[in-house]
Amino acid sequence: MNKIITFTVNGKKRELNVDVRSSLLDVLREIVGMTGAKEGCGVGECGACSVLVDDLLVDSCIYMAVWADGKSIRTVEGECRDGKLSSVQKSYVEKGAVQCGFCTPGFVMASTAFKERFKDKTFTRDDIRREHAGNICRCTGYESIIEAVEQSMEED
Amino acid sequence: MAVGDRVDRVDAIAKVTGKARYTDDFFRPGTLVAKYLRSSIAHGRVTGLSVEKARELEGVEAVFTYEDVPPIKVATAGHPYSLDPAHADVADKLLLTDRIKHLGDEIAIVVAENELIADEALALVEVEYEEYPALTTPEKILAPDARKIHEDSSNVVGEHQYECGGKLDEAFELADLIHEEQYYTAMVQHVHLENHTALAYMDDLDHIVVISSTQIPHIARRVVGQALGIPWGRVRVIKPYIGGGFGNKQDVILEPMVAFLTSKLDGQPVRLTLSREECMLCTRNRHPMDFEVKLGMKEDGTAVARMVDVISMTGGYASHGHSIVAAGGSKSCLLYPRMTIGYHARTLYANIPVGGAMRAYGSPQITFAIESAMDDAARKLGVDPVEMRIKNAARQGDINPFSKLPISSCGLVECLEKGRSLIRWDEKREDYRNHKSGKIRYGLGVACFSYGTGTYPVCVEIAGARIILNQDGSIHVQTGATEIGQGSDTAVAQMAAKTLGIPVENVHIVSTQDTDVTPFDTGAYASRQAYVVGNAVYKAATELKQKILDYAALLTGFPAASLDLKGESIVNITDNNTSVISLNDLALSSYYDKEKGGQLTADVSHKTTTNAPSFGCTFVDVAVDIPLCKVTINEIYNIHDSGVIINPVMAKGQVEGGMAMGIGAALSEQVLIDQETGRVHNNNMLDYKVPTFTDVPDIHHDFVETVEPTASYGNKSLGEPPIISPPPAIRNAILDATGVAVNELPMSPQVLFKAFKSHGLLKP
Ligand code: FES
Ligand code: FES
Repeated sequence: MNKIITFTVNGKKRELNVDVRSSLLDVLREIVGMTGAKEGCGVGECGACSVLVDDLLVDSCIYMAVWADGKSIRTVEGECRDGKLSSVQKSYVEKGAVQCGFCTPGFVMASTAFKERFKDKTFTRDDIRREHAGNICRCTGYESIIEAVEQSMEED
Repeated sequence: MAVGDRVDRVDAIAKVTGKARYTDDFFRPGTLVAKYLRSSIAHGRVTGLSVEKARELEGVEAVFTYEDVPPIKVATAGHPYSLDPAHADVADKLLLTDRIKHLGDEIAIVVAENELIADEALALVEVEYEEYPALTTPEKILAPDARKIHEDSSNVVGEHQYECGGKLDEAFELADLIHEEQYYTAMVQHVHLENHTALAYMDDLDHIVVISSTQIPHIARRVVGQALGIPWGRVRVIKPYIGGGFGNKQDVILEPMVAFLTSKLDGQPVRLTLSREECMLCTRNRHPMDFEVKLGMKEDGTAVARMVDVISMTGGYASHGHSIVAAGGSKSCLLYPRMTIGYHARTLYANIPVGGAMRAYGSPQITFAIESAMDDAARKLGVDPVEMRIKNAARQGDINPFSKLPISSCGLVECLEKGRSLIRWDEKREDYRNHKSGKIRYGLGVACFSYGTGTYPVCVEIAGARIILNQDGSIHVQTGATEIGQGSDTAVAQMAAKTLGIPVENVHIVSTQDTDVTPFDTGAYASRQAYVVGNAVYKAATELKQKILDYAALLTGFPAASLDLKGESIVNITDNNTSVISLNDLALSSYYDKEKGGQLTADVSHKTTTNAPSFGCTFVDVAVDIPLCKVTINEIYNIHDSGVIINPVMAKGQVEGGMAMGIGAALSEQVLIDQETGRVHNNNMLDYKVPTFTDVPDIHHDFVETVEPTASYGNKSLGEPPIISPPPAIRNAILDATGVAVNELPMSPQVLFKAFKSHGLLKP
């Protein structure tokens, strides 16, 4: 069964005819054509598919596409504007928080959500750990990701 | 200049913006989806298979079974082709089979319009089995009446034995203390974030293109050719960005099948992407090993003799098989090279998931056994574990007892001294004397490792580099080295920039491997690439630079010997480095002058015939909660001698990532296999305990930079080594804290509970 849904992706309105069984991840990757978000498990274990739905971090592999009807989606592709990396992206580059990069699109969104949430608050390294605990990285050991998040919090 | 600088990764921006394309990102509408029918038993034979209903389902393109595939067995290990048949890998794998050797073995494959239909079709296939007892332990496998897992093998895939550095019996005679103990390391997994995936199509009627997430594109090309019985040149393997491998993609797992499918389906694009559960059950793992160690020590802590007897289980197929335990054994001889060493190793088939290459290739297992034994002996002798290691540690100029060659560079003693002071070993050891009782106990641990760089002299070490001067004076570099996340592309850019004398920003890297185009190289494994491709890049850059200077001499009239390339200009070194021509102008002339010049390029294939030893150690400070059987890492340091550090940011990343993986192997990771049935309980990321963000403590590291004379840039292995020494160091810290020697990995709460109970720390 198919259903027509409407949502915005990175600010652009999209109207799509989707199989009701599809995940948001499949729709983003295979219909919208945005392959930034990755599938590492497909069942909510790894966070590689993380995107923001109405500014809330979700695993798009277990978020049905039809639930996104009427909502606004943010993906990694929307974080770099006018050729300028977001502060989170820039910090990931400078701190070496990227290796194979497969977890990176999801992590960038998790850190973006963290940054927006903790903008004017004090936080600790353990807050960073806890708030990113749904995202697995097998390459970095997380240390450089903490450093990237810390640096991004100091920038606009 | 360039080498040694904190250069940003050349692919970092592509990766943080989501622009970097991985294998699955090449999927386009109309691509067919393939899915395996896998065995639901671990050992047996298919006696009945009915696929008709699946074939008839709408949307199913085809179903192939073990009766439809070429009758060619191949070796899947990502090793160079062996010219000597006696040393070739074991060829034991068909594309599909009715002889089931492990849970999830591949019996048939469905190709359908999409994944949902493929799943429906699989559910319609009926299979009947004759089931055999699952052989899951060395005792069962080696029992005289055990069934042969492969008809043509005795279940022993490989066996070898040697003594080096003297006569073992005589050396044990000299010992004041003989320590004998058994150690065990569990099967663990890579859990790279991107599962195995490959996509294939045909360009015409002869040529098969395979896009794959692989560490070894050129080897994959050969194995696809072998498996299908077609000339290798008709296979083109493309490797885009890959989401980690850690050795699991140093094996040819999916490529022959997708190539087979597209060739049977008129070249239509077919994708074969494993689910996480399949990837964890049916690709490769770290071999579990059982050790018996006998260690002979002098009273003062001098190690005189060591005998290690090991059984390694390779699972249902050989894959890298006996090479793992052989390589781990030989590399461990470098660590304490002034003792006599004996080694006896066997590798067995077993009805468990398949063992293959995993980060540091046998060394983590062997190092756990020997570094645990060293601490056990230190305790019995009452000597300080760091002092004891310094006394025995390799030093530059020592003779490697295994290869009989001198150790060309070695900073191990300095690593130990640095680690001791960073963790404040002496002060804390004094302090922790008062924390050896009660519920929470504190301890310190240390462990060392030795490793190699590349595989020579066991395998060929061939690397290629091609460098082109572009029209704008920048350069393009193509190598056969495979970027898998470790940073190889960036290291190559830095090396080329240094040797040419140009800014690293003016170096462009072709990251994608394409076997029709990129120079030949065997791929990413054995921490070889920066070492062997470094030698090729050095040669190519030196050659190109000479061509540039010769052409500059022709254009300007200055002798080439008086010219040099500095930044973006050719300068006259005999005249205060004044610029004689810009590289940009020179490049334009080389391309567009009607009478002289031509594209300036260098294309080098280089064989490295050395192997550089690398060293390091872990220091760790732990708190052990006895009632909770829980270990907390208070502080942990890895100190490495990896020769010259090419890029400190990337080097840091390799060390931290390896340490986190080592911490996982030490405390939580284990493939749980039912010994009766060979079933796996935890092939998913919830039940298999990969360290999450909250499980990994702050991680510290440092380097002792030696200069390795056999490397063009002074560097040695770094990708794999960081994983080796954390587990034994943590084990030794638990021993220090509690007095309990835990002799198996992982030291999970369940294992600690048993150990603490049997030592009377917990009430039964
Ligand atoms: S792919 Fe969505 S959580 Fe792993
Ligand atoms: S960078 Fe590879 S998984 Fe995070």
